[in-house]
Amino acid sequence: MLLAVNNLDVRFTTEDGIVQAVNGLNFSLDAGATLGIVGESGSGKSQTALAIMGLLASNGEVSGSIQFKGEELVGVGQRRMNSIRGAHIGMIFQDPMTSLNPYLKVSTQMAEVLVRHRGMGKREAVQESIKMLDAVRIPDAKSRILRYPHEFSGGMRQRVMIAMTLLTRPELLIADEPTTALDVTVQAQILDLLSDLRDEFGVAIVMITHDLGVVADVCDEVLVLYGGQIMEQADARTLFKGPTHPYTRGLLDSIPSLDSDHQSELVAIPGNPPDLLHLPPGCPFEARCAWRHDPCPTHRPVLEAVETAQHRRACHASVAEVRPS
Amino acid sequence: MLSFAFKRLLAAIPTLLVLITLAFFMMRLAPGGPFDLEKPVPPEVRANLDAAYGLDKPLIVQYASYLGDVLQGDLGPSFQYVDYTVNELIAQGFPVSLKLGFSAMIVAVFFGSIFGMIAAMRQNSATDYGVMTVAMTGISIPNFVVAPLLILVFAVAFGWLPAGGWNGGAWQNMVLPVIALALPQVAYVARIMRGSMIEILRSNYLRTARAKGLPMRQVILRHALKPAFLPVLSYLGPATAGIITGSVVMEQIFSIPGLGRFFVQGALNRDYTLVLGVVIFYGALIIAFNFLVDLLYSVLDPKVRAQ
Repeated sequence: MLLAVNNLDVRFTTEDGIVQAVNGLNFSLDAGATLGIVGESGSGKSQTALAIMGLLASNGEVSGSIQFKGEELVGVGQRRMNSIRGAHIGMIFQDPMTSLNPYLKVSTQMAEVLVRHRGMGKREAVQESIKMLDAVRIPDAKSRILRYPHEFSGGMRQRVMIAMTLLTRPELLIADEPTTALDVTVQAQILDLLSDLRDEFGVAIVMITHDLGVVADVCDEVLVLYGGQIMEQADARTLFKGPTHPYTRGLLDSIPSLDSDHQSELVAIPGNPPDLLHLPPGCPFEARCAWRHDPCPTHRPVLEAVETAQHRRACHASVAEVRPS
Repeated sequence: MLSFAFKRLLAAIPTLLVLITLAFFMMRLAPGGPFDLEKPVPPEVRANLDAAYGLDKPLIVQYASYLGDVLQGDLGPSFQYVDYTVNELIAQGFPVSLKLGFSAMIVAVFFGSIFGMIAAMRQNSATDYGVMTVAMTGISIPNFVVAPLLILVFAVAFGWLPAGGWNGGAWQNMVLPVIALALPQVAYVARIMRGSMIEILRSNYLRTARAKGLPMRQVILRHALKPAFLPVLSYLGPATAGIITGSVVMEQIFSIPGLGRFFVQGALNRDYTLVLGVVIFYGALIIAFNFLVDLLYSVLDPKVRAQ
């Protein structure tokens, strides 16, 4: 087991009160596997990633357990954390336009990772970085590496980010919406690249996205998050074929289909994401749910196995009710 | 890059022309003249004086001839400091003002940047509020109040440092005026630095730097310092010119033989050429420093360089 997250809570103290961003999250990830975390904005997916990295905003607080290769990361000191992130856990971010330092050459930004974690000299580190840029298919890497980020296109910048993160051959790569800010054609290229690199380097990936298409492309396992809690968890195939949670169904139904006739309107889940300042005592999705039952507003559903132990859901409605016919 | 520099220098010419024109006519609009003394001189002497300095000609003719001289780099003779040209007086006073102003600016940038950085990194903590309160106080108290206080404490009470004089720019003579000049600038720089540093600390690329496992020291020094310093740099151009020219009051208080003295004396005595000369010189200085900052900016910011 590479990563085991148990009972993870992330809270932010704000002027308006405590914001409960992540609420009792449990999941694990094996070496080389790909886990998708899906949810809309405010579902807690990005905060989960930042909690693993130890990069929460200063008013954030984590409780529970995050074990990476058996080592507890919650509460570990900055010094130790600095030798783990960048070396063993890498992270790429949503917006490649702003995630690279505009004032430093790509060579500087890449080489410093190897200098820091591998103790290489600057020259050797740059040579190594050029090889990695080749691996992420940046043409003419040898001269491009001496350029500044603004001289690269969005897709190329994300390639640079990926290359920079993979320099140290981390065991785990957290990708926070890596394709959201890119053109559709470039999105596909980046996803292909990530899949190839996963196979080549054997790196496990946590893919955070709101795009179910991305999940279908690259993920083995999927977590569906809502209001900081897991709604449904399954392998990708099971989830797409037979969603058993109303929220997962809502997400799948809202993907526009080419088959449907032109007159039909786009389907959306009615209502808004829950207010994380005042989470209801029951199911967070209750207010927007079409399968609402009596206990929903007051009793929080627990995560239970559906047919196999790998497929779990948290819902008071029965599987037969929700599953599409 | 070179064409950019050239364009900027060309743009300075009309600015200076407007400055010269405005200053020339405003000076003449002021009541009184260089030879209006308490005891009036006999009319024949006065007529001779006016003729000698060209004051008897129509104003527009005087303007044209002055402009012609200035274009050749000649700021004319002083009316009050007999036997001295304005060029000579500036050459005498400017090095003193420059040394004083520059020292104050270096002190201001150094301490201001450090205080601003500390405040930003401990945002909303007691340290932050403490530094910023001191900074606000520094801005609010004018330095003609600070200067006598400094003299009172360090020169009169303790006798550690001289109360005034220049003494060829010995460090003992410079300490107090430099502190008095730098204090409000430290405060300004600290405020600018704090603001920009807070913004940079929240930026995505700083999060990337931290995600790479770099220690905080390196994150700040390599990734945050340069972008955070850019707004300070933009402020430095006008501020340095301002501090060199604006030390008029400090030079009076500490009896320092800088350029400011000529400015004040010249204005009081209606020493037309001296005041005009100093104004033009200051104007050119401000333009030069802004130009210098723009050049530095393009060195530091790769995006500006590309344009």
